[in-house]
Amino acid sequence: MKDDVILCFCEDLTREEVREAIKKGSDSFEALKRLIRCGMGACQGKTCEENIQREIMAITGKTREELPLQRQRPPSVGIFLQDAARGDNDEK
Amino acid sequence: MRQTDLAIIGAGPAGLAAALEAATAGAKVILLERDEWLGGQLVKQTHQFFGSKKEFAGMRGIDIATHFSEQIEKNKDIEVFTGATALGYYEDGVLTAAYSGRMLKIKPKTMLVASGAMEKMIPFNNNDLPGVYGAGAVQTLMNVYGVAPGKRVLMVGAGNIGLIVSYQLMQAGIEVEAIIEGSSQVGGYWVHASKIRRMGVPILTNHTILKAIGEEKVEGALITEIDENWKPLEGTEREVSVDNICLAVGLSPLAELLWQAGCQMEFSPQLGGYVPVRDEDLETSQEGIYIAGDVAGIEEATSAILEGQLAGISAARKMGFAVEDKKIEQIKENLKSLRAGPVGEHIRQGLAQVER
Repeated sequence: MKDDVILCFCEDLTREEVREAIKKGSDSFEALKRLIRCGMGACQGKTCEENIQREIMAITGKTREELPLQRQRPPSVGIFLQDAARGDNDEK
Repeated sequence: MRQTDLAIIGAGPAGLAAALEAATAGAKVILLERDEWLGGQLVKQTHQFFGSKKEFAGMRGIDIATHFSEQIEKNKDIEVFTGATALGYYEDGVLTAAYSGRMLKIKPKTMLVASGAMEKMIPFNNNDLPGVYGAGAVQTLMNVYGVAPGKRVLMVGAGNIGLIVSYQLMQAGIEVEAIIEGSSQVGGYWVHASKIRRMGVPILTNHTILKAIGEEKVEGALITEIDENWKPLEGTEREVSVDNICLAVGLSPLAELLWQAGCQMEFSPQLGGYVPVRDEDLETSQEGIYIAGDVAGIEEATSAILEGQLAGISAARKMGFAVEDKKIEQIKENLKSLRAGPVGEHIRQGLAQVER
């Protein structure tokens, strides 16, 4: 059966693409993110991170304890720049 | 910048219960909710809860949401923002939220994260075909918007969500081909599983999905029997004809704000993934930051309500509001009895690992 499994839906990444990138040396979610953009779409990795962590563990033999998750920074969802620039109404 | 005693993120069962308890103790509360309505997942729950009367047994989830919302709207100490998505928590203790085209900034004395959970996704071929749904989406379409999500459904996962949503699909006149479950046992309550079986729907344990079939949309699914290591057993593959593949394969805690706040987190398979380490009052490793509901560990609405009460009242006590010890002990007692018995075993194991 052809492997036609999507792991990151936001960035349309197949399991095969993720596996190739891991085999080439991107052995953490942060490293993969920089190379193939997993976790950088609308859901910010909430759907794919756990499944991709499992792929990294299976290929590299690393344990979960050795595998840092992606770094969480604000804003945790996408917002319009104009909204951020406008700030809180109280401050006007 | 807004100041408040307690900022609560999420107005599901945990956040609503917490807001009321904290306000009753005398605290000023800001309640942030991403949706346009209060209640979180309760609004989709058309079934009756069971358990004990004081925890809303016999009421439907949606009525529990209404019950809480009415009290909250009447309470002058609770300021509610709906359509407000929490964005970040910063080193100086400022919380931001996207709200109505601007960015709210709140500096709370204490914070309760009751942000809930997100559905898990399992990998299988063609899993991006239209017609592959999360069970939460199916429930929203059906029970909130009155839209039929298909004609014939394959349910993946026999936990409580898979069982309850299957039953609700049938109530809505939609056929359920089968419920498949990867493990060797039904994860949900027998009372739900029995109802499903009486209606003639097979629950196939030790089964998984290999592939969604279809070109433009789901027209079927390829399923297979698996062994205890989740390896497909040769010769057991078969196709089922369905137009909806509904995934009810578990939930993950939505903990971004807690990571941002630097809370100590631990991986607990029993609780659904990474969850914060907490004390018995539901305070995290960061002083003044509390948790309740699914973000603290995947459980269900009744425990979320009780955890919300506990966290809300604990936060109030922390700030010096008068709280009767007896009341706190009673909530803890109620939680303990809810988690007693074989069904609560995995929760007890998970909590033993993350409670300090």
